[in-house]
Amino acid sequence: MTAVTTPQVELANSPRDKRRRGTDRSRQEARLGWYLAGPAFFILVLVTGYPIVQAVYDSLFSYRLTAPGDREFIGLENYGVILTDSLWWEALANTALITLVTVAVELVLGFALAMVMHKVLGFLRPILRTAILVPYAIITVVSAYAWQYAFSITTGFMNAVVPGVPEDFDWFANKWTALTVICLSEIWKTTPFISLLLLAGLAQVPEDMHEAAKVDGATARERLFRVTLPNMKASIMVALLFRALDAFRIFDNVYIMTNGAAGTQTVSSLAYNQTISRLEIGLGSAVSVLLFICVLLICFLAIKVFRVDLARARGEN
Amino acid sequence: MARIELKNIVKKYGDGFPAVNDVSLDIADGEFVILVGPSGCGKSTLLRMIVGLEDITDGELLIDGKRVNDLAPRDRDLAMVFQNYALYPHLTVRENIEFPLKLNHSKVPEDEVRQRVQRAADMLELGEHLDRKPANLSGGQRQRVAMGRAIVRDAKAFLFDEPLSNLDAKLRGQMRTEIARMQRSLATTTVYVTHDQTEAMTLGDRVAVLRKGVLQQVASPRELYEQPVNLFVAGFIGSPPMNFLPARVRGDRLELPFCEVPRPAVVSGEHDGKLLIVGVRPEHFDDADVTDVPGEAVTFDAQVDVTEWLGNELYAYVPFEAAAETKQQLAELDRELDGESMRSQLVVTLDAMSSVRDGDSARLWFDPRRMHVFDPGSGANLTRDEERARRIAEQSEALRRRSLERAQAQQQEQVPA
Amino acid sequence: MGALSTKEKTLWYIGALLIVLYALVPVAWIISLSLKSEADLSNRSFLPTNVTWENYEGIFSGTASDLFLPALRNSVITCLLATLIAVVLSMFAAYAIARLNFPGKRLILTSALAVAVFPVITMVTPLFNLWRQIGLYDTIPGLIIPYLALTLPISIWTMSAFFREIPWDMEQAAQVDGATSWQAFRKVIVPLAAPGVFTTAIIAFFIAWNDFVFGISLTSTSDAQPVPAALSSFTGSSYFVQPTGAISAAAVIVTIPVVLLALVFQRRIVAGLTNGAVKG
Repeated sequence: MTAVTTPQVELANSPRDKRRRGTDRSRQEARLGWYLAGPAFFILVLVTGYPIVQAVYDSLFSYRLTAPGDREFIGLENYGVILTDSLWWEALANTALITLVTVAVELVLGFALAMVMHKVLGFLRPILRTAILVPYAIITVVSAYAWQYAFSITTGFMNAVVPGVPEDFDWFANKWTALTVICLSEIWKTTPFISLLLLAGLAQVPEDMHEAAKVDGATARERLFRVTLPNMKASIMVALLFRALDAFRIFDNVYIMTNGAAGTQTVSSLAYNQTISRLEIGLGSAVSVLLFICVLLICFLAIKVFRVDLARARGEN
Repeated sequence: MARIELKNIVKKYGDGFPAVNDVSLDIADGEFVILVGPSGCGKSTLLRMIVGLEDITDGELLIDGKRVNDLAPRDRDLAMVFQNYALYPHLTVRENIEFPLKLNHSKVPEDEVRQRVQRAADMLELGEHLDRKPANLSGGQRQRVAMGRAIVRDAKAFLFDEPLSNLDAKLRGQMRTEIARMQRSLATTTVYVTHDQTEAMTLGDRVAVLRKGVLQQVASPRELYEQPVNLFVAGFIGSPPMNFLPARVRGDRLELPFCEVPRPAVVSGEHDGKLLIVGVRPEHFDDADVTDVPGEAVTFDAQVDVTEWLGNELYAYVPFEAAAETKQQLAELDRELDGESMRSQLVVTLDAMSSVRDGDSARLWFDPRRMHVFDPGSGANLTRDEERARRIAEQSEALRRRSLERAQAQQQEQVPA
Repeated sequence: MGALSTKEKTLWYIGALLIVLYALVPVAWIISLSLKSEADLSNRSFLPTNVTWENYEGIFSGTASDLFLPALRNSVITCLLATLIAVVLSMFAAYAIARLNFPGKRLILTSALAVAVFPVITMVTPLFNLWRQIGLYDTIPGLIIPYLALTLPISIWTMSAFFREIPWDMEQAAQVDGATSWQAFRKVIVPLAAPGVFTTAIIAFFIAWNDFVFGISLTSTSDAQPVPAALSSFTGSSYFVQPTGAISAAAVIVTIPVVLLALVFQRRIVAGLTNGAVKG
């Protein structure tokens, strides 16, 4: 999670590296370093490196588990099939929409929660910290069931609570209402993580800066937007990036609530349905590879923007 | 430009302990007042109450005759320089300085903002750093940016909270004169908190000495030095600090650890046989072997323990035995003054030519007229001369007005040019 | 600390109350569901009309117990083992990262980060295929290995952030004071490092416990299926009855351990989650 510190570690040590390179001692240190860190690194590479290579390979074949004999190399045809299918584009649009909505809501809500936790002192603090950890620690599937049952037409109480909704309204029959419930569960479960990151960021804005702004004549609003938020940029960016990448992989909530019905398919659930339910290894692998490329793209864009911010943030500290 | 009046100000925290207790202080327009005292004496709390960062439990705070107790900091129109400068790290030097002017309600036209920032930058020689970030500045530069942010506001008063404590000794001296110059030329009312008595003595028109939240004495530096009201002020002002010696009254004589002196007139017969505390400043002693001894002086021999030669003068430490009761009181006083001396000893500042060295026996003299006699119970200075104190106060007030006028005249000359 | 006015304080307290409600209402809802009788489940109100334990009886000794009990066992074994392996491996890695200078240090941290954001579903298809071929499909080891992809990255990051804070000079100080290297390690370093290792273990366990994708893709029977996957294959007592009650009861049971951990170790978990993430 320490996206921020990596470059620093390296920077701080590089001159020392150079000076010591080639000496017995540094060679020994390097060997020990790899003995210790090697196994973990090896497993990491193996459990993710192998699957992605295999997925890229499989995606070039027409390959169904039900008919393994018919396996045939077809080049990029799978990708052509997917990219011309409206199902893919709908799944991609749904995923992007869920990511945008949940991350935006979580950021605002998470900041509000962080503000409250920051201001409330004394015995309430540990209570709040525990309360906020409950949604974080709960299994996503459990959260999905809780929200699904709350909105379900047979077991739910929400239709009676939400104003303007008829008693027999089926939230999961309609794409947009179904997506709304999916987003609600996702937001409930993951806002705590964001708010904890933001709370740590808030705690790093020194108190005397707030006081200086007060004396300088800034209103509470101005202090928030002109002093607090700009100084939390680094932690906001970290929270944003991690959550966006996480939200883009959304699967559990969709699978439990609709399993992709009513046009709520996401990229992950599409990939799952292709491989595990329909045993279309070739097509499913291609969807997986496309998802991987999307994540890489988000990462790349974010880090491009991110690096700039980091450099600036570092200059300031 | 403003007059700040504190009337019976009290600050109590949740536990009911008064951090500031019944402080009254009248700060004249354009005056430079120092709040000084050992750590925990309530000086910072008092400053934060003036600026509005702490609520006032009781009493009244008036700025230009208007009660401001319940005004938010931004409605009091005061500028403050914080101990850690509190610069906004995400803004450049220019943006930091213009920050107060760019807030929505201030409505200062763009032209004037630029002008004022330029003027502040010129005054503080920050011109070439305007586009840099605070992180890339030295300690002294950051300090000046913080001052710049205070200046541009044209606020009613400047408040400083130990602004020099994060700088090294050399820079501290330079910034001290910088602050004094700025204050004189702007003639802005200034309240300055410090625990450093050198800053207090050199900067302030008047110095307010606080102890455990209670105001001890408000006076010009000279009056504090020459006519302290009590043991605490006497011990706090001056470096090295004043020596306190146990003294017993015997008829018309006063017995000190090393010698006997004539009983001062103010010490009357009622004190006969009682224990008093005599205070003599280290610089009021000297070596009889290398300096002329005036006629009124008392001379005595002392066994010197350690000496420190500083080039321009020499410190000599002379241990002495004190009775248990005075020892305890002196130790307590020492603790209050943030000191930690473990033994009772006399510190004397001798002429640099003195040949006294560690372990020598020295012949020292001092003028008994310059000594202070304190009541050990109340700590009150029995020898304080009210008449003289009043004269000193008048004199320093006159000096302040004169130098202010001079600085203003100079400023007037510069503006048309 | 500037003093807050009473009005402001009240507002923050109201905010605090809202946070507690936010966190606990959905949990209360699922508990309430689990205490409803079968007829009561569709009463469409928040609370049960009669509190009944029949759903819990159902998953522990009734019809659903064949599915739930093995799943609970599988979940506990798989998550504990995956956590243990991840923590041990990343302890060595984090020590190397925090204390040693060696080429490739940055590579290790970066790949841990990359794996942490890797789309899990992408791993599923190839592993599904491979596991079937080599016989790891529907086995506990077949689940532990992909779980390492979830738990290792965060363990490496969290623990190296913790280890960087340890005053390692203490070890030398202890040796100067006359301790042997082993004593110095055991009496000085272990107590200093233990909280970080422990916190990392809790967070890693949370993550493994939360897994659903691997559970439904790489297992099919009660030989290895963990609870989240088992929940989705619960069936009602007859085709027309929804398994809502059983699912709710099982959900409550698997929520208890994580809530207990959160309750007892809240301060540490918060420190572990945020440690490093905001060290600008």
